[in-house]
Amino acid sequence: MADLFKEYENLLPRKILTEVKEYLPPKCSDAKLKKILVAVYKEYSDSRAQPGESVGLVTAESIGEPGTQMTLNTFHFAGVSELNVTTGLPRIIEILDGRKKITTTMMEVYLKKPYSTGKDIKKIAETIKETTLKEFVDEISINIANMQMVIILNKSKLKVALLTEDAVAKILDKGFKGFKFKIQKDQSLLVTPSSKDAALNEIYKLKEKVKDTYISGIKGITQVLPVKRGEEFLIVTAGSNIKELLKKDYVDSTRIFSNDIFEIQGLFGVEAARQAIINESMKVLDTQGINIDIRHIMLVSDAMTMSGKVMGINRYGIVKEKPSVLARASFETPIKHIINAALTGEVDYLNSVIENVMINQPVPVGTGLPGLITKTTKTK
Amino acid sequence: MTDVYIDNKFVGIVKNPKDFVEKVISERRMGKLPITVNILHREDLKEIRIDICGGRSVRPLLVVKDGKSLLTEKHLDQLVKNEITWTDLVKQGFVDYLDALEEESALVAFTQEDLTEDHTHLEISPLDIVGLTTALVPFGNFNHGVRLSQGSKNQKQAIGFYIANFFNRMDMDVNILNYAQRPVVETLMHRTLNFDKHPSGQNVVVAVMSYQGYNMEDAVVINKGSVDRGMGRSTYYRPVVSEELRYAGGLIDEVGLPDKEVKGYRSERDYRFLEDDGIIYPEAVVKEGDVIIGKSSPPRFLSSLDEYNLTSSSRRESSMALKHGERGVVDFVTITENSEGNKLIQVRLRSQRIPEIGDKFTSRHGQKGVISIIVPEEDVPFTASGTKPDIIFSPQGIPSRMTVAHMIELLAGKTGALSARRINSTIFDSESEVDLRKELLGMGFVENGSETMYNGITGERYQGKIYVGNMYYLKLKHMVANKVHSRARGPIQLLTRQPTEGRANEGGLRLGEMEKDTFIAHGTSLLLKERFNADNTIVPISEASGMMAIDDARTGKSFCPNFGENTEISHIEMSYAFKLLLDELKAMTVYPKLELEGKY
Repeated sequence: MADLFKEYENLLPRKILTEVKEYLPPKCSDAKLKKILVAVYKEYSDSRAQPGESVGLVTAESIGEPGTQMTLNTFHFAGVSELNVTTGLPRIIEILDGRKKITTTMMEVYLKKPYSTGKDIKKIAETIKETTLKEFVDEISINIANMQMVIILNKSKLKVALLTEDAVAKILDKGFKGFKFKIQKDQSLLVTPSSKDAALNEIYKLKEKVKDTYISGIKGITQVLPVKRGEEFLIVTAGSNIKELLKKDYVDSTRIFSNDIFEIQGLFGVEAARQAIINESMKVLDTQGINIDIRHIMLVSDAMTMSGKVMGINRYGIVKEKPSVLARASFETPIKHIINAALTGEVDYLNSVIENVMINQPVPVGTGLPGLITKTTKTK
Repeated sequence: MTDVYIDNKFVGIVKNPKDFVEKVISERRMGKLPITVNILHREDLKEIRIDICGGRSVRPLLVVKDGKSLLTEKHLDQLVKNEITWTDLVKQGFVDYLDALEEESALVAFTQEDLTEDHTHLEISPLDIVGLTTALVPFGNFNHGVRLSQGSKNQKQAIGFYIANFFNRMDMDVNILNYAQRPVVETLMHRTLNFDKHPSGQNVVVAVMSYQGYNMEDAVVINKGSVDRGMGRSTYYRPVVSEELRYAGGLIDEVGLPDKEVKGYRSERDYRFLEDDGIIYPEAVVKEGDVIIGKSSPPRFLSSLDEYNLTSSSRRESSMALKHGERGVVDFVTITENSEGNKLIQVRLRSQRIPEIGDKFTSRHGQKGVISIIVPEEDVPFTASGTKPDIIFSPQGIPSRMTVAHMIELLAGKTGALSARRINSTIFDSESEVDLRKELLGMGFVENGSETMYNGITGERYQGKIYVGNMYYLKLKHMVANKVHSRARGPIQLLTRQPTEGRANEGGLRLGEMEKDTFIAHGTSLLLKERFNADNTIVPISEASGMMAIDDARTGKSFCPNFGENTEISHIEMSYAFKLLLDELKAMTVYPKLELEGKY
């Protein structure tokens, strides 16, 4: 029995083999198994794409046709009121265009035990969130006579973010040269210019700058939302910064999730980005109730990441990489492509579909692909 | 303190807003202010808004005071006797014209019975909630709203007797129904519009049943006997117009039989209907290609020498001829002058349109359908009394569309036809269905309108009872005769050598970008090549220069313009459009060099 499976190891994908093993009747003779495997192999090889099958066009049609329904459904956003994530057609366009900056980035941060059971979840969430000084400030007053500024900090808010007045003063002292930040006895923050001849308007400028100074948390994470999913607690965030979050020891680094494909590419490489494109696309299509075979999406993401980095399906991306001048010219901005080709003396080898349709030659696809080679022997 | 705005511009403050609004309204009703001034008091915002600008739609409503309409029976009597008119009512303040703004503050009663102390206005008639054509839908209040608007849209496309002097007119695309009838099931709007003077349909007998599957998917089965007796028969009129234009230099078009020397002379046969004045005679039966008005024009570009040598040979032919697929009979010929003083010839063509497979018919409820078969009268199912339906309508069209009024009209039409009276079916004010059923029962018919029917082919009795009655049916102006088109070979464009476009030009049916993709997706690449070879050409290519060479037919030799005869010249098959692209690239100084390679 094991021998038979071994024989088919290279012929059938592992998933199919395990499925065969799973559904095998408890008592199965070798002859019967052989029959099953032969039938499975036939079915498998019949359902593979034939050489010359135009998989790209079939993919385009398979995504394009149900895609037209998507414009009609106005289900383009999802989420709770404070966390709104783009889905639907805008999101699909965003993914396939290979946009570097997406409209709504978000993360799902899974936590290690015991935090995943809900321990300190709110505290952790607050520390992750990027905070600026103005969130801790009750009042900022300027004393014109003494050329001083007094910042009154909110104690309870500082406590939630696990900060002290001293820590804030240190951060500010580092950030702003030419001013001294000191904690007074009443725990308020006194700001004095280092040099005595500082102008008053500098202090006013400082007041505005100080408000937006980064104090704590992780940059880029603008909102946090602790969520209970099943038995587990996790943190959903708006904004994304995987790199910084991975440094935190309470984060389960094996399950961290972000919807920013370019961030994933930068951190984990292009293969991860390819998988991210597939996952993100399928997620949208599933929520829209559109049934597209995952292989079509895989082909699209393969095309997008083939060159080693994520490229959009547009004239700046994968269309630019087409080897044929005529194919590029027939897509968008024809004059640009023809002039550039003329300048460099580009040669079009007519290897692809569009060029051959243009000159009315058989398209190298399907029946147009194979050539017939025969050996001729001279008859005497 | 309340702010007052006129057309969204702040104008002032009033201390007593309620009195102010009341005063504006009463002055308007007294005629001191224009009738179209509208006012709204927003107590929550402490604002009074007055709109006087143009472009707001307003609608008339009866003024109500203390739960009673100011318009009384007395006034109605006077109106009927023509003692007073509408403007008198408006002047006396019985009618308000409300816009969307002032409607916010009004409480409008739908009928007189609904009136309470709180109401400010009364609807003149419930009919007001629908428009002109929608009011023509019988029993409209029983239909789904969407069907009402579809029904009214269909009625606009119906062929009828739209004007009585059509034979004196030269309108474009005129359809006249030969035997138009006044509907049995009428509405108030039909009477108001004098619909009997210009009806647009016919009362026909409709059976709601299936007929051998021929009326699937909204198709309509019609009785050939009815068609032979004139049902749905219409006439199509179309003018052919030509004008003697004047050109610079005193040159002028000339209507008349073109000289044989004229450039672009057609065959003599094409001119056979023309009389001596170059215009066709009435009642000539014409087909495509036949000349209706013969005309020749001066040459387009006149050199100075030509002016002294204006022979007919330099003139060009510019006759009006029938285009591809057109046919008809010359109905009427006029020779006049237009406003510029040019001679104007108008010829009206007529063609009779007998219902055929593909013509579109509809009831007044958005239940449109296309004729799928014209059944010989002997095969049409018949009732016990021998009545044969003119139209067999599929019951599948009813449930999902919820056109209940369609069913009621059928019953009402039957009752009306049998009792020889018109049925009032005005929206919200129609005769009750219960009464109609009773009346039908009284005349010896089954109360619900169904009847026993017999198969016209076998004579067997149908097991079920068939719902059969009379309805007003409309023939729509979309007729296949104006639309059928096919082509195997035909004219091509000069520039691209690809087939022309459109039915009138005998054009090809385009296999477009997405259709092309399906061929590729199927992998049938040789079929795709065959389908696209309409503009295939063989071009001689010089292998040295990679550009087009010249085939000299006189010497039988081929040569390259750049390298002469010492180069290999190959004949290459390509689409003419691609050859054109190469030429255009050359025109923008791009050198498209073809590098030839053996295919095998």
